[in-house]
Amino acid sequence: MLAELNELLGASPQRPGTGKFTLLRDTGTDGSFLVHHFLSFYLRAGCKVCFVALLQSFSHYNIVAQKLGVSLTAARERGQLVFLEGLKSCLDLLFGEEEPSGEPSPLQFISGSTSNLKALFDFVRTSLTPADSASWKGSVLLVDDLSVLLSLGAAPVAVLDFIHYCRVVVCSQLQGNIVVLVHGSEDAEDEENDLVGNSLGHHSDLILWVEGLATGFCKDVHGEIKIIKRLSLESTEQDLVQVYQYKIQERNVTFFARGLSAAVL
Amino acid sequence: AEGVVCGHDLFVASAMEPPDNILKVKTHRRGKDILIDHNYLEIASPTTSTKFGHYYDISKTMSPELLQSIKWHSFYLPEELSLEPKLKMCNMNCGYANLLHSIQRVIYQEGFDGSHPQKKQKNILRIGIQSLGSLLWGDDICSSDTPEDIHSLTKFLYVLRGLLRKSLSACIITVPSHLIQNKAIMERVTNLSDMVVGLESFIGSERETNPLYKDYHGLLHVHQIPRLNSLICDVSDTKDLAFRLKRKQFTIERDFNV
Repeated sequence: MLAELNELLGASPQRPGTGKFTLLRDTGTDGSFLVHHFLSFYLRAGCKVCFVALLQSFSHYNIVAQKLGVSLTAARERGQLVFLEGLKSCLDLLFGEEEPSGEPSPLQFISGSTSNLKALFDFVRTSLTPADSASWKGSVLLVDDLSVLLSLGAAPVAVLDFIHYCRVVVCSQLQGNIVVLVHGSEDAEDEENDLVGNSLGHHSDLILWVEGLATGFCKDVHGEIKIIKRLSLESTEQDLVQVYQYKIQERNVTFFARGLSAAVL
Repeated sequence: AEGVVCGHDLFVASAMEPPDNILKVKTHRRGKDILIDHNYLEIASPTTSTKFGHYYDISKTMSPELLQSIKWHSFYLPEELSLEPKLKMCNMNCGYANLLHSIQRVIYQEGFDGSHPQKKQKNILRIGIQSLGSLLWGDDICSSDTPEDIHSLTKFLYVLRGLLRKSLSACIITVPSHLIQNKAIMERVTNLSDMVVGLESFIGSERETNPLYKDYHGLLHVHQIPRLNSLICDVSDTKDLAFRLKRKQFTIERDFNV
């Protein structure tokens, strides 16, 4: 996990928190380092994690996780991590044989036989509510990245419904946390994607939004991160907004105030 | 060309012209960098080799002996559709569904995904797909800004990504992006790709007569580079790249006179 980010968020693996919905957004840059952070953070915290990994293979996340001090293979073997490898699941659905257990594939909707994401929700629910959940320090759902579901033909409403049902189970019933990445682009021409991102933003406790620099690529500053803490979903209190710039390194990400990159000082 | 010289297997897919023609006729050279070529994946004759990649003389064709030394598979859409006109896969356009089945079959039968490990030595499959998304593939995203089926291409790319991730293969695709009006689709296509490079020709644009660009034929845009197995990616210092096409050479240069 990224120590500096924990400091900025006031977070610690000793206190992973409960019932929180965190939205990760990236526009014009790759925000996946945040996904890697939260994955290793919650595993270190001793939570049971259900990771819906739609864009990359298991080995990609595992190799990066090892750089951050966590072994996904070990976590999976001891039952702490349930990993849905979307790419593999999709191939099994399209080219594989019938499911021996008769259970539908989590990505059933791709085949067009149904338009909702109930199978995916059932997968999440089953993963996080087994009998032995008492041995873990909480339940966490992590999704990378929600925009892929739109590319695969899911309607924005179906995606929002899926997240809503997950919130009910994970955040309310299980008092767990959800972290979801919605990838966007600079030109923001994808209305469906914006709809999903903005809707989820309204209901998030914490939003981490990374953007590429307006001035273009820079070697020492890879982008800017906006941290938006929702103080209260009921009242009209202003959200707490902080902006930092960051630089990604091999095993770490450093954060600094705007204009104060080490290269400049 | 690189695939032939390195002894890799090839899979060439086209809806426009028979893959045989693509492999025989010459033009563009492929240098050190991976690049997406607007027109054809045509094979030129190799001259020298460097630490990474080879140089080619694009005024000559590759010798038939060199081509015969590798195994290559072809997919020509008109022929394939005449054999399997009704092949369906998750509401995807027929052409794409056919192509995916064909790629999956080659990967499985030739063991690129680790099946039949005893069969032969490990090798890499290089896949080339020409003009994906164009009308010739049966997709209307190039001819309408409110296409009938906006998901076929992205579904295709996702399944292809899965096939590539689980096998020893790599794929290069050309997309006539200048024809695709719907920007949302291009954003999704970019998100589903590892590396995205664009060639912008000066022909017909105001840059053609701009003295700054007089030595070049167009710009090379690196929209996205792969970030695999790592938190960081190796980003080059500059993204100002231009290309030049001469009789024997295709070169890419950086930091040109700006």
